[in-house]
Amino acid sequence: MTKVLKWALLASILAILPFLTDFAFGKTWVRILDFALLYAMLALGLNIVVGFAGLLDLGYVAFFAVGAYFYALLASPHFGLHLPFWLLLPAGAFVAGLFGVLLGAPTLRLRGDYLAIVTLGFGEIIRIFLNNLNAPYNITGGPQGINLIDPIKLGSFALNHPVGGSIPSVYNYYYLFLILALLAAFVSKRLQYSRIGRAWVAIREDEIAAEAMGINTRNTKLLAFAMGASFGGLSGGLFAGFEGFVSPESFTLMESIMILCMVVLGGMGHVRGVILGAILLSIVPEALRYVGPLQESLFGKVYADPSSLRMLIFGLALILVMLLRPAGLWPSPTRKRELSAQGETAKHENDGVYDAGR
Amino acid sequence: MDIFLQQLINGIVLGSIYSLVALGYTLVYGIMGLINFAHGDIVMVGAMVAFTVIHLLSGSGLPMFLIAGIGILAAILVCMAVGYLIEKVAYRPLRGAPRLAPLITAIGVSMLLQNLAMMIWGRGYLSFPALLPAISIPVAGAGISAVQILIVCASAAMMSGLSFLVKKTKLGNAMRATAQNREVATLMGVNANAIISITFIIGSALAAVAGVMVSAYYGVAHYDMGFILGLKAFTAAVLGGIGNIEGAMLGGLLLGIIESMGAGYLGAITGGVMGSNY
Repeated sequence: MTKVLKWALLASILAILPFLTDFAFGKTWVRILDFALLYAMLALGLNIVVGFAGLLDLGYVAFFAVGAYFYALLASPHFGLHLPFWLLLPAGAFVAGLFGVLLGAPTLRLRGDYLAIVTLGFGEIIRIFLNNLNAPYNITGGPQGINLIDPIKLGSFALNHPVGGSIPSVYNYYYLFLILALLAAFVSKRLQYSRIGRAWVAIREDEIAAEAMGINTRNTKLLAFAMGASFGGLSGGLFAGFEGFVSPESFTLMESIMILCMVVLGGMGHVRGVILGAILLSIVPEALRYVGPLQESLFGKVYADPSSLRMLIFGLALILVMLLRPAGLWPSPTRKRELSAQGETAKHENDGVYDAGR
Repeated sequence: MDIFLQQLINGIVLGSIYSLVALGYTLVYGIMGLINFAHGDIVMVGAMVAFTVIHLLSGSGLPMFLIAGIGILAAILVCMAVGYLIEKVAYRPLRGAPRLAPLITAIGVSMLLQNLAMMIWGRGYLSFPALLPAISIPVAGAGISAVQILIVCASAAMMSGLSFLVKKTKLGNAMRATAQNREVATLMGVNANAIISITFIIGSALAAVAGVMVSAYYGVAHYDMGFILGLKAFTAAVLGGIGNIEGAMLGGLLLGIIESMGAGYLGAITGGVMGSNY
């Protein structure tokens, strides 16, 4: 009974959160919440690849880009197409999944850092193509990107319009993203304990042993890439509809690295930890924007350039968190057990548990 | 001018800079299995420090080569200190931690260095003073500048020095032993922590020199110049086989040549569809 109560409490907090945030900090922060939820979906997707299957992917943002451009191209005046979102979002996830297989297939035999570099290259290739495919035929709009993208519409009701003239549009997106993020978390959770999820973990721990146990490592790894990518594609579509504008600038390597930070900092392989990491890492940089005004009010003068001070503190925070909690802020319980049981042996060079970094 | 030869020369010059940076990645990777994402930013720090020192001394009436020498020396010393500190603060406490944890601290360190540099040196492009007179020596229809010759010679010298150090000296022996198996090396009386520190210091010194070279070559220094350079060097290190010193040199050279050939010919090969912007 208490469990039901707990969930009900959580649900009601989540439901009124935008109103509280708006009341306390203003509408900008509801928008930041929207982005936090979007990042939570992305991080959950990357968690499948890195956290479950142990494949270090440094180009994850490519799938986000694929999803976003897929939506943008087919629902904007750019080609004059205006397909509905309920068609485009799943299709975008599917296309991103295909790209995931495209990336996964040639990298099946690679491990650790070699995989990291190929995925990094893949991410850059996608971005550079998006940046340059405006000549000789204008496909992606080049560096200018695509704008005037259709908002997500439920029936005849476009989400970018305020409800009844009083509830702003960021709220609509909040609830949509919340539902989808919860769905993504649910899917991740179910996947984790499914036959496939256990196969991923087996591959992460020891690929050869997993193969010996009869796991088809090729298909399982491809599936991890495809699944992770489809999460990215879905969030990409949402991002395009939400922003109404996409350009290659949103899909840089730094973005991939940030998503990876969310996964690792939160607690690799642990769904709740990853969500926590995503929300923290998308809110903290925004909160640190106040270092400029804060300096002014404390010292009466801005001493350090606020934007660089902000990222400096963020970098410091990353270092400190990892130093204090090397397994992430909220590691999965099994992982914690393994770590404490292994103790000293975890220091061993060839510790297979965290093969992702090799 | 013979374009092919010119691009080849440019590629070799670029490649030898990449090789120097790639060596830093490879050394650290070989010994502790960690991608040091902050390495590119150490390159940047080297360039910036050299810039400041040369700038300060340029009015003192000393001969240019002496000023340049002092600048490079200062850059090397500062980078060594930075490298040592980074290892001590951000990586050493994470020896027993999950493999991806030091990767995140490396990213944190990289952000830290970049933004510190932005606060100290500003966000603009600093024009790096010319260390050598801009003379060009004609070779079979192409030109080689004095800076280019110096870069290639200096990096060749440093690489052979490093090869000697790693292969022939006692320190190198200890480094290789630590790379192969840290525990057994420790049992054999190698102070693994000290060796790792030394590895970082050597890598950072190479990075400092590379930083000065790249800034002197292009004539600019910028707070985020290290990121892309580091990325390319990392690619070079992986291309050559990460953890392998000769591999890093070869990978760097190859990447430099491919890059400059690509810039020169990609547009022509694909009929203008793919320009040098790829």
